[in-house]
Amino acid sequence: MKNHAKIKEVVFWALFFVIFGLIPLLEKSDYHLILANHILIWGMFAMAFNMLFGVTGMLSFGQALYYGLGAYSVGLMVKNFGDIWFLPAIGLGLLSATLVSILIGLLVIRVSGVYFTVLTLAFGQLVWQITFKWYHFTGGDDGIQSIIPPGILANHTVYYFFTLLLVAVSIWVLRRLVNSPMGLVLRCIRQNPDRVRFLGRRVRRNQLRIYVISSFFAALAGGLMAGVDNSIHPDMFYWTTSGEVILMAVIGGIGQFFGPFIGAALIIIIQDVVGARTEYWSLIIGLIMMVMVLILPKGLVGEVQLLRGRFRPDAKNRGENGTTFSA
Amino acid sequence: MDPSFIIMQFLSGLMMATLLFLVASGLTLIFGVGNVFNFAHGSFYMIGAYLAYQTVSAWHANFWISVLVAALGAGVLGMIAESVFLRRIYGRAEEGGFQILLTYSFILVIDDLVKLIWGAEYKSLARPTGFRGAIEIGGLTIPSYNLAIIGIGLVVVVMAWLILSRTRTGRIARAAALDREMLGSMGVNVPLTMTLVFGIATAMGGFAGALAAPLRSVVPGAGIEVIIDSLIVVVIGGMGNFWGAWLGALILGEVNSFAVATVPDWASLFNYLVMVLTLIFKPEGLFASRKIRKV
Amino acid sequence: MEPLLVLDSVTKSFGGLRVTAGVSFSVAPGSISAVIGPNGAGKTSLFNQITGYLRPDKGRIIFRQEDITDLSTREIVSRGMGRAFQVTSFFPEETVLDNVRVACLSRLNKTRKAIKNVSYFKEATDKAFKILESIGLGKQADRPAFELAHGDQKLLDIGIALGLEPKMLLLDEPTSGMSPEERLLTRNLIKRLWKEFNLTLLFIEHDMDTVFGIAQTVRVLQMGRLLAEGTPEEIRNNPEVITAYLGEEVL
Ligand SMILES: Nc1ncnc2c1ncn2[C@@H]1O[C@H](COP(=O)(O)OP(=O)(O)OP(=O)(O)O)[C@@H](O)[C@H]1O
Ligand SMILES: [Mg+2]
Repeated sequence: MKNHAKIKEVVFWALFFVIFGLIPLLEKSDYHLILANHILIWGMFAMAFNMLFGVTGMLSFGQALYYGLGAYSVGLMVKNFGDIWFLPAIGLGLLSATLVSILIGLLVIRVSGVYFTVLTLAFGQLVWQITFKWYHFTGGDDGIQSIIPPGILANHTVYYFFTLLLVAVSIWVLRRLVNSPMGLVLRCIRQNPDRVRFLGRRVRRNQLRIYVISSFFAALAGGLMAGVDNSIHPDMFYWTTSGEVILMAVIGGIGQFFGPFIGAALIIIIQDVVGARTEYWSLIIGLIMMVMVLILPKGLVGEVQLLRGRFRPDAKNRGENGTTFSA
Repeated sequence: MDPSFIIMQFLSGLMMATLLFLVASGLTLIFGVGNVFNFAHGSFYMIGAYLAYQTVSAWHANFWISVLVAALGAGVLGMIAESVFLRRIYGRAEEGGFQILLTYSFILVIDDLVKLIWGAEYKSLARPTGFRGAIEIGGLTIPSYNLAIIGIGLVVVVMAWLILSRTRTGRIARAAALDREMLGSMGVNVPLTMTLVFGIATAMGGFAGALAAPLRSVVPGAGIEVIIDSLIVVVIGGMGNFWGAWLGALILGEVNSFAVATVPDWASLFNYLVMVLTLIFKPEGLFASRKIRKV
Repeated sequence: MEPLLVLDSVTKSFGGLRVTAGVSFSVAPGSISAVIGPNGAGKTSLFNQITGYLRPDKGRIIFRQEDITDLSTREIVSRGMGRAFQVTSFFPEETVLDNVRVACLSRLNKTRKAIKNVSYFKEATDKAFKILESIGLGKQADRPAFELAHGDQKLLDIGIALGLEPKMLLLDEPTSGMSPEERLLTRNLIKRLWKEFNLTLLFIEHDMDTVFGIAQTVRVLQMGRLLAEGTPEEIRNNPEVITAYLGEEVL
């Protein structure tokens, strides 16, 4: 079991660095570089989201709020004060996401289950509306264009490696977190919150912590994305953005640490292949979601693992019970 | 302030509250009785609006017939959604999360299907004949359709009250947070009840959507706004609580109506403000049903 | 010696249903004693009040000379109260080891550590293994807990409580759902744990062999009232208890 997890981890990192390290060397076109960059950023975003859902059992439908906050911090600072503020703006995004997530977190963790989901959604939509309507400040529907990172970061390849580095570090941090005592407590909270209280731990306090941590990385994703696309728009706050990151996690497998990353890669590739040719994108992701929930609830990575487990003699019913989070 | 302005806004708030209540009570009904959270409830509202549009504009039927068609259609679709899809995830570990994910997929699919059938552009529906004008009462001009909606809402509330307090079904529905096992042990045919209740709930959504169609334009994607508003209503009132939904709708409708008249650009933010205040001071809602904890 | 736990006219109602009706008793430190009573007598509700899961309407609960009536579960637990549950409560997807280890980590106040791997905390791991050996689950340490047999899950529940190094341990029907052989083993195990971990043990049990076999004091609860309290011998011969609960079967 332990060795198995170790191998999986080594395989992931090896593939991660080989694939994402080689892309800029093999591909001369910016197009695929940007696509790979999207996968990196969304992958990290989905993994951070999964800290809430897959690990702690908190289905937030409002992580777009922090993603948008990260992006708009960068966009607004660069637009108003110049591109030199790009990096400090990412920091500002992280800081404001932390503060806002503490404030909103204090409210939303007071309720659990469906209520939590609904309230996170409502707060996300609230901020989206403000962004949408506050035209003078945010550019409203138009968003903000030509956000160019400063200096050598303006070069797409350099910026790509910059994101690769930050994403790798983020994934590594999240990975450590899952396997740490705090991660163990978070997993326990999903499975049996009452018992966690009887361990002398505060369930809500821990939920708040992971809400803030997850939001922090969502803001990082948003800030980095502003530099990839060179533009931002209020849809980054919209509930469909939260929905998409949920879908990525569910496709890859919410019970798997690396699952959401794989899910993100898949969705972005599908979007690239079919999304451009159809206006019925939401029908497609709706159907995918339906299939996942009804037929493959453990996600692709989880189901593959289950399939392999079937052939091992000692694992009769491993994973049949709920969504075992294999750390 | 001008008293006639206040009365006008109050009445318009009452009408909004009625529509909100009709949608939200469906949402809260299926949650209270069946423990199912239907994230796509607003999409059934939208289906109702489109069915009304279809019946009136393409088939030239009477508006009130179209309202019945909309309620029936949304109800039947709801029953299909429940019996074909939702039923498969009952009893699964962490069912709550999967309910949200599955009904979320309904939103996405319904949105695009509607777009596929009726196109992406706005549709509008005329008010029914006999309710196009306004009524003069004591110097106030009140659109008669608004009064009709308020009247219909009153009838529904009274009927609901009768059902809830006088019948066995009502008593079951009233006992909040019933679980399906408990219903089963009371000798209720659970699968059938679930499908029926789900159908009634979505029919109420469709009914509200049809009634609202002449007031708001009919457009794909309307489902999500409606669901958020109804969610705010049930958050204020306490999820699964019928009278809570009524009070929540009233508060939200009035706040909204006065906000629209005074600060039109930022009116929708007031909905959230009410929600945040509720959360701070009474996170379990004004009419919270007592929580039963088990060890 | 001062009693470790004192209940002073504890009263609790659910609507019209009185589940605890002025219950008073005290538990001596280092003792092992039982609470018995028919189904629905209010035994579990009493444990819920002692552990802060329910708040009594009236009355006081004193634990280690401190009034804990209004404290939260978390605060009561941190003062040395442990509990295992009637409906077995553990973390099904975690390994047996991690189930106990999370309790040990909590006891050592390491649950805010977010970077170091759980296995880095050797003290917690060693203690968890020691507890698993004590309760006989050492060989199953790496299996996910949901795979365990029901009886082993009940033991694991106790193991989690032990990870917190409680002064006092409440067990709610530790042998329920077990076969007669398992019961015998568990009875001996409880007695051994009581000595090994220097516990003050209070348990609820329907199995009379277990009750009369290991309890020094037995308390009988009926409809929320404390009907009798005494040594096993006294309880066995108490006519009121016999008519109300024991019947002929035990005698
Ligand atoms: N949270 C609650 N709300 C309402 N009633 C409750 C609650 N908890 C327990 N009860 C009721 O209180 C009574 C006592 O329950 P309790 O669980 O304490 O009994 P018990 O003695 O532990 O029974 P058993 O031997 O079956 O475990 C029962 O009638 C039960 O239905
Ligand atoms: Mg009990």
